Amino acid sequence: MGMKTEALLDPQAWQAIALTLRLATLTTLVLLLLATPLAWWLAHTRSRARAPVSALVTLPLVLPPSVLGFYLLVALGPQGPLGQFTQAMGWGVLSFTFTGLLIGSVVFSLPFAVQPIHNAFEAMGTRPMEVAATLRASPLDAFFTVALPQARTGLLTAAVLSFAHTVGEFGVVLMIGGNIPGQTRVVSTLIYGHVEALEYAQAHVLAAGMLLFSFLVLLVLAWLRPPARRGAW
Amino acid sequence: MRGRWACMGMIAWVCWFTGPVAWAAEVSVAVAANFAAPMKRLAVAFEHASGHRTVVSVGATGALYAQAVHGAPFEVFLGADQATAQRLQSQGLAVQGSAYTYAIGRLVLWSAQPDLVDPQGEVLRTARFQRLALANPKLAPYGAAAYEVLHRKGLLEAWRHRLVQGDNIAQAHQFTASKNAALGFLALSQVVVDGRLTHGSAWVVPSDLHSPLKQDMVLLKRGANAPAAYAFMEFMRSPAARAIIRAHGYED
Repeated sequence: MGMKTEALLDPQAWQAIALTLRLATLTTLVLLLLATPLAWWLAHTRSRARAPVSALVTLPLVLPPSVLGFYLLVALGPQGPLGQFTQAMGWGVLSFTFTGLLIGSVVFSLPFAVQPIHNAFEAMGTRPMEVAATLRASPLDAFFTVALPQARTGLLTAAVLSFAHTVGEFGVVLMIGGNIPGQTRVVSTLIYGHVEALEYAQAHVLAAGMLLFSFLVLLVLAWLRPPARRGAW
Repeated sequence: MRGRWACMGMIAWVCWFTGPVAWAAEVSVAVAANFAAPMKRLAVAFEHASGHRTVVSVGATGALYAQAVHGAPFEVFLGADQATAQRLQSQGLAVQGSAYTYAIGRLVLWSAQPDLVDPQGEVLRTARFQRLALANPKLAPYGAAAYEVLHRKGLLEAWRHRLVQGDNIAQAHQFTASKNAALGFLALSQVVVDGRLTHGSAWVVPSDLHSPLKQDMVLLKRGANAPAAYAFMEFMRSPAARAIIRAHGYED
């Protein structure tokens, strides 16, 4: 299998695969750091901002990638608010860069990270934290030693979904990527390019790999979810 | 009972939104992205002259070709090169002998900034830009022509890391017009209306710097029995159509 795959994949395919995995890994890490406090807040706040923030977080789930990509292109561009900010910070314009792609992926997969964690925190209820408080654990201490371990299935689901969703990302990359080898040319856009250029053999190898990968991810996810807790995400 | 009403409602919904597609008399045209702007005006003129409506699909020539091969319902194909029309004929997907050169395109180096591009294109020899947008050379002849120009000027290696590729020439234009890329190799037709630059600055690339961008159209087999498709093929040869095409920066 190993040798055969090596013969089937050219260097540009390997480059795209490596880039895709790097993007997905970084996106997942950023999302876990971002989504965990956000999900906690959503699960416990009584603020009036809860509903609008919740809607905002879910927005990337229903918006077409073309809308997200278009607005990211405008926002990241030299005249856009994000572009102005990144230029003022001396980072330059981030469209057509790996960092720009990372920002896009984080936005694109945000609901896939927030929702499972949110649900896990909600299912847990307030009781474990109250018990921890009576045992004189500080709120932060209790969060790390009680809440996070209890929500581990949710966190794991969030990580797997964010990773898989980023690997499967296409529209946003197409809009803000610019198809630069080693920078923004990921597997999904490479497959698209192969198909459009009628290079079906190369497209098949990558597409089959993608199919297998996605199936395995969903299989892992199904194993993760105990049958009693349906509707966890 | 309620289920039956819901079901009938759904059927009505589907009929309402799918019905008109099946009945209207139209010609379906696949158009290379560089020709999108003139096509819009040609469609209006064609409907005025013949009463037939056009349904236009815009994309990279290679992308549209792949779609046509796989059963896209196009009746007329307007490519950005001659090879694609020839290939469609030799594969039996287009009517033999129907190929016709409807336009000869011009490449332009364009910037949305009014003072960036000089009339000789010397800006390419400076480092006054971070990104240079062009169309994917594998899919779009204008992208291939842009690579040729850079290669002939000996600048391809120097600027390779500054190139950003749009899926087609329309996306390259979008990258440049939104100023995400300071410069872009585009089709003259994208930045010229009635022979005048709409805004920004441009260098019209001399046509001896790249292979000629002869663009052929062809009647696809799906349109072989459609009078509207024939009418459109005829219309494209008419003086009225030629005038519109010239006004958008094409030679003929």
